[in-house]
Amino acid sequence: MSLNIKHLLGLKDVPKNDIQLILDTATTFREVLERPIKKVPTLKGTTIVNLFYENSTRTRLSFELAEKRLSADTLNFTTSNSSTKKGETFKDTVRNIEAMKIDMIVVRHQSAGVPHYLTKISNASIINAGDGRHEHPTQALLDMYSIREKIGKLNNLNVCIVGDISHSRVALSNIFGLITMGAKVSVCAPPTMLPKNIEQFGVKIFHDINKAVAENDVVNVLRIQLERDAGNTIPSLREYHNYFGITGDVIERNNKDILILHPGPINRGVEISSEVADGPYQIILDQVTNGVAIRMAVLYLLGTMN
Amino acid sequence: MNVKAKIIDEDGLKRTITRLAHEILERNKGSENIILIGMRTRGEFLANRIQKKIEEIDNSKPELGILDATLYRDDFRTRLKQPEVSVTDITFDINEKDIILIDDVLYTGRTARASLDAIMDLGRPSTIQFCVLVDRGHREMPIKADFVGKNIPTSIHEEIKVKMKEIDDEDAVYLVESPN
Repeated sequence: MSLNIKHLLGLKDVPKNDIQLILDTATTFREVLERPIKKVPTLKGTTIVNLFYENSTRTRLSFELAEKRLSADTLNFTTSNSSTKKGETFKDTVRNIEAMKIDMIVVRHQSAGVPHYLTKISNASIINAGDGRHEHPTQALLDMYSIREKIGKLNNLNVCIVGDISHSRVALSNIFGLITMGAKVSVCAPPTMLPKNIEQFGVKIFHDINKAVAENDVVNVLRIQLERDAGNTIPSLREYHNYFGITGDVIERNNKDILILHPGPINRGVEISSEVADGPYQIILDQVTNGVAIRMAVLYLLGTMN
Repeated sequence: MNVKAKIIDEDGLKRTITRLAHEILERNKGSENIILIGMRTRGEFLANRIQKKIEEIDNSKPELGILDATLYRDDFRTRLKQPEVSVTDITFDINEKDIILIDDVLYTGRTARASLDAIMDLGRPSTIQFCVLVDRGHREMPIKADFVGKNIPTSIHEEIKVKMKEIDDEDAVYLVESPN
């Protein structure tokens, strides 16, 4: 069993077998993370560069930890202290890093399509850690893994993504991945936060949070991304919270069996209340733990491929 | 499967497992401090049967774990097919225990080497003893089994196929012609 894909650029064209294999393999690594020595020698001698052109806490730490748990050698590149400031082009930076004999690149960039471009200028195996508003495949994989771990299946499950869909790469990757796995996906947001023609992906649209919570098994709550101009699409954060925020009240009134996910970082009191973010319906910190296992699985499957 | 000989049949396997269980108990003076660890896939079923036999003889049941040493292998870059990983299931403490590592066939010794490394990452057992159903020779590592069901000298163009009812349709050990 090995993957059909050579790079993880997005979940759009990843076949079901591959997603299944990644999720199953992550179970193995989940067990490794419970051991006293949380490290296996599998990627000894493999060099991985984390190329981060955009800020990140969770994803960067999670990838770095996953790489170290697999005994790979890691290099970290962040724009703030690099030669990008001296005027070096992206292509030259990558060529230079590659001349140091590296095997894999984990890339995050503010522009969509950068991971795809990397596959054309580099021989390394490329993993997308978030590109602009496009995709964030490992986040969607860990979301799917966490749902499957909790509920036991993805097929025929009703999953609603709530929040700033048009600015969200997490939403797009989740939509592609979940639909491939047979889930019924919907989105819930004010019309200004929905991209045009989102229905063409086969998702249902809600504009009422009560209905969305009542009619779904899982709600994945997205962060309102102030740094990506979300302020222009809603009158105020308080109004967003009043109409679309997930609160204890919304859950108790509509569906006490709901499972709440949030990819982090959380804006408490905006898209989710503290009561819910710390309460019994959510698995936000499980998602973080599972994230390391999912990234180990992806690195293992792509890194040991011949 | 081009069979050259049936080396162990169902009754033979039963007797072999009985003898291995007795030998393990004799060497360790009972089952008090021992832990059985089966190596996926058939080592797991073998360990299961040895556990039952030990319980029959000694009236106490040693703990049983399952080890998947795939992540510790040395041939990721040379094999054509990516090996499938599965979960290690050892939920108890192995420190200061006598571990009986159980596998179906001992060949190059590379899987045993990987298993030893995997176990060392789980704790510090007092001893690790190695029990195999068939030792077919051709070692590439300095590894020797403590308990051997049957020594079968083979050529490298042959293979040993162990069949167990848990996943196959019979209990038997065959010597077969290697397909490549």
